[in-house]
This record gives sequence, C-alpha cells and structure tokens, in this order.
Amino acid sequence: MATLNRRHFLGGSAAAGAAVASGLPLASVAAAAEPELPAALPDGVRASAVLDALPGKKPLIKLSYRPPNYETPIEYFRDPITPNDAFFVRYHLAVIPEIDAKTWRLSVGGDGVNAQAQLTLQDLQAMPAAEVVAVNQCSGNRRGLFKPHVPGVEWGYGAMGCARWKGVRLKDVLDKVGLKKEAIEIVVDGADGPIVDKTPDFVKSIPVWKALEETTLVAYQMNGEALPHFNGFPVRLVVPGWTGTYWMKHLVSIKAVTKPDTNFWMSAAYRIPLGKFPLVARFTSQDTAANTPITEMMVNSLITSHADGAQLKAGGTVGGIAWDGGYGIRAVEVSSDGGKTWTAASLGSDLGRYAFRPWSFPLTDKGKHTLMVRASNAIGGTQTADLIPNPAGYHHNVMHSVSLTVV
Amino acid sequence: MRGLPIFVAALAIAVAAAAAEKPVQLKTAPGLDKVEANCAACHSLDYIQMNSPFPSAALWDAEVTKMIKAFGAPIEPEDAALIKDYLKQNYGN
Repeated sequence: MATLNRRHFLGGSAAAGAAVASGLPLASVAAAAEPELPAALPDGVRASAVLDALPGKKPLIKLSYRPPNYETPIEYFRDPITPNDAFFVRYHLAVIPEIDAKTWRLSVGGDGVNAQAQLTLQDLQAMPAAEVVAVNQCSGNRRGLFKPHVPGVEWGYGAMGCARWKGVRLKDVLDKVGLKKEAIEIVVDGADGPIVDKTPDFVKSIPVWKALEETTLVAYQMNGEALPHFNGFPVRLVVPGWTGTYWMKHLVSIKAVTKPDTNFWMSAAYRIPLGKFPLVARFTSQDTAANTPITEMMVNSLITSHADGAQLKAGGTVGGIAWDGGYGIRAVEVSSDGGKTWTAASLGSDLGRYAFRPWSFPLTDKGKHTLMVRASNAIGGTQTADLIPNPAGYHHNVMHSVSLTVV
Repeated sequence: MRGLPIFVAALAIAVAAAAAEKPVQLKTAPGLDKVEANCAACHSLDYIQMNSPFPSAALWDAEVTKMIKAFGAPIEPEDAALIKDYLKQNYGN
C-alpha cells in the first residue's frame, strides 16, 4: 500500500494531537498524519485526497470539499462504536443550512394519512423514546475499489460508521396522523438542497413495511449527544439494515403516499440490477423490469487492527468488525492460504443485530502472512471472492485481505 | 428541501464555503476557464480529480451530459463541448 502524493497537508503535529485526543493507539498516529489509501483507488483520488477537519469533526479523509464527502480512517473501526466526530460525511447537494433546533419543524402529511402535523423537537422528545445500535453505510462504500472503476464518489473503506441512535419510532410519528391502508411508501426530505433550481432535490422513500419496523427511528441523538451538524442535526431518519441513502439528514418532511415516488433519486439513482445480489429485503413498489432500489446491506467484514504491511509479534491478535443487513453475524473466518482453508475467529461483544460485530484471531506462526477475512450471517449469507459488477458501484463486499509479518 | 428564503440559502453557501473548502487547482490547459466557470458553481473541482484518470472519452461525454440533463446544469452547448474536450485531454485514460 503506497502513501498518497500530498499537496496541501495538515501539519503532522496537529494530526498527531488529534489522534492522541481521540484515544487511538499510538501506532495509528502516523496513519492519521498520512492516511494510507488502498492502492486500488483511482490515481486521481490518491493524488487529491487529504486529511481535513470539517467544523466539529476530527481530520477525516476528504474526497470532495463541496458538497462535503469525507470518509472515516479505518483505525476508527477498531471499536464497534464510531465516535460522532469521526463519523463519515456524505452529501449530494451543496446547500446545507445551519438549523436552529428551536425553530426547526417536522411536517408530517401526504395523501396516505388522515391528518397533518407539525412537530417540534420538544414534541418528539416528549414521545416514548427508542434506541438502536446500527451501522450506517453508504451504498457506494468501497466504490473506489471497483475494477474497472465506475464514476461517483470514489470511496475507500470508510463511508460507514456504527452509532447508538436514539429518537422516536417512525411508526409512532405516523400514528399521530393516522396511516391509511392505501399508503405504500413513506417519502422523506431533508433541509439540504441544490445550488441550481433545476437540480433534483434529494428526496427518498421507503416502503411502508420498513417504515413500520420497531427499529426505524426519527433520531435526535447519536451516541448520547445531539447529532453533529454534518450527520443531520437536529433530526435524521435511521433505517437499520438498509444503506445510508435512506437515512435522510436534517429531516423536515415525512409524507405517506399512495403512489410510488417518482423523483430522480428514486427512479434513476440508487438502483441495482435485478437478480444479481443475494438479498432478501425488497422494495417492490419501485421495481422496474431491469432494476430495483438498493435496500439492505450485504454481509461484510474488515480487518482493522493492522494496516496492510504491518508487523506484529507472534502470539498477537488480529481483529476487525463484521456486519450485515440486520440478520446478525453468525461467524467470521480467517484464511492465510488464499481462501483454501478457513479458521473461525472469536466473536466479540454483541451490540445488536444491526451493529458492527467485533472479531479477533490469534497469529502464532512467524513469517509473512496474507490474511483474508469473511463473515457469514444467520440466514446463510456470506461475502464474495469476486466483485459483483453493477453500473453505479454499489454493494462492494469482496473479502478484505492484508499482508502481515509476524516476528 | 426547496423554498428556502434566499437569504438562508445564501448564508448556507457562505457558511459551507468558509468552513473547509480549499482551492482546487486543476491542470492548466485550454478549456480550464470553462470548467471553472461552469462546474465549480455546484461542486468543488476535486470531483474531477477524484474521477480520474480512468474515464474513457465516452464516459466523460456521458458525465457532462448527465450534469446538464439529469442535474440541470445551465451550461451552453459550446461550453459543454470545450469542457468535454478538456476532461478527455487532461483527466481521461
């Protein structure tokens, strides 16, 4: 793994200070000063990506300044909970208002409900609270690793994070206005918007069945604090198991509708070819003959304890995380012979079926090892050895591998 | 969200611009002025660096067309042609 070419870079001492303050092990300080980017990323990313701190955030890997797209360095995934100030940032559109929680309102309506409502943050906080630990992963996480490359935000491994979300159940919000039997989708809009009026505003919908799940939340807290501005302050949608595109930030509108939503971000974007991915959750009101909306995340895992090329002492432990679309991780296995034989890793603390599941694996034999990891879930899903190509670069869950030297 | 009061939108852009954005210098070549004048209104120019150098000529054509047709970028046809040429020459494969 080569280091990237640097243009304007953070002072090493500032980055080191930030890493120490974050409680990361000292070994990761160097990595924080100079993020190691996977060699498989487009050369243009490796030349232009820098560590940069948005207001209120630690230095993250900047892929684009405006709209801001910043990924979390892999070191932060040594813990199953991602800190708020290190949580990745992803926007489609560049007008991102600073919202005053006192004047913020959530409008609830549409032709699929019996009444309309305007809710304040206090209204939400007065309702019964619910919590879930859940992974929010961008549909295009690891897009930059696609071969051949496909256009888009060229993410490495870090367009994801796992947090404890607290808020109210979306179904309780819908109960306030009386969902009609005819409602088929719940359409959500956030306060962010486009520069040019003709650019389609970012609006998404989810099927009613997913909206009514106990764990689908209108969240006002993340890891015990208010949401960071760049993660959707004051309120965002939390759709456990499903990719981040549905987790609308800066939520201002919820509409139940009786016809499928037809806006650009549903009809043209975030679609996967039919029949190529082994997924269960379906969004059939949005199906076409050729494709279907992306829904739940694929089974996936990552080695996070050591960077590619690292050294460790014999008897040391390699570890990482595994996750899926919410069926629950059943096993993580490691191979050191290119996938011919596999040995089970130990699973760590279980924070719930939507959370990152830590795993660890002891390494005893001295020498150079190329370790490969694969997870499997409770419904028999696992990871792929070969990329499943698709035009927009979604659902990359090719098994991760690193080369390590045991001394 | 649409229908923001203009002053709120303007303020938001000012905040975003002041927050973190650093100038992105693309390769100096014919057409760069058109790229800066048109593309940078809606997104920072690191989007171009990031999506390079893998695009074929056809892919850069498709990307510029997508910006105009799908995202409503108000780019004059003669400017679009110069932008496509610039991207193919400097950020293509």
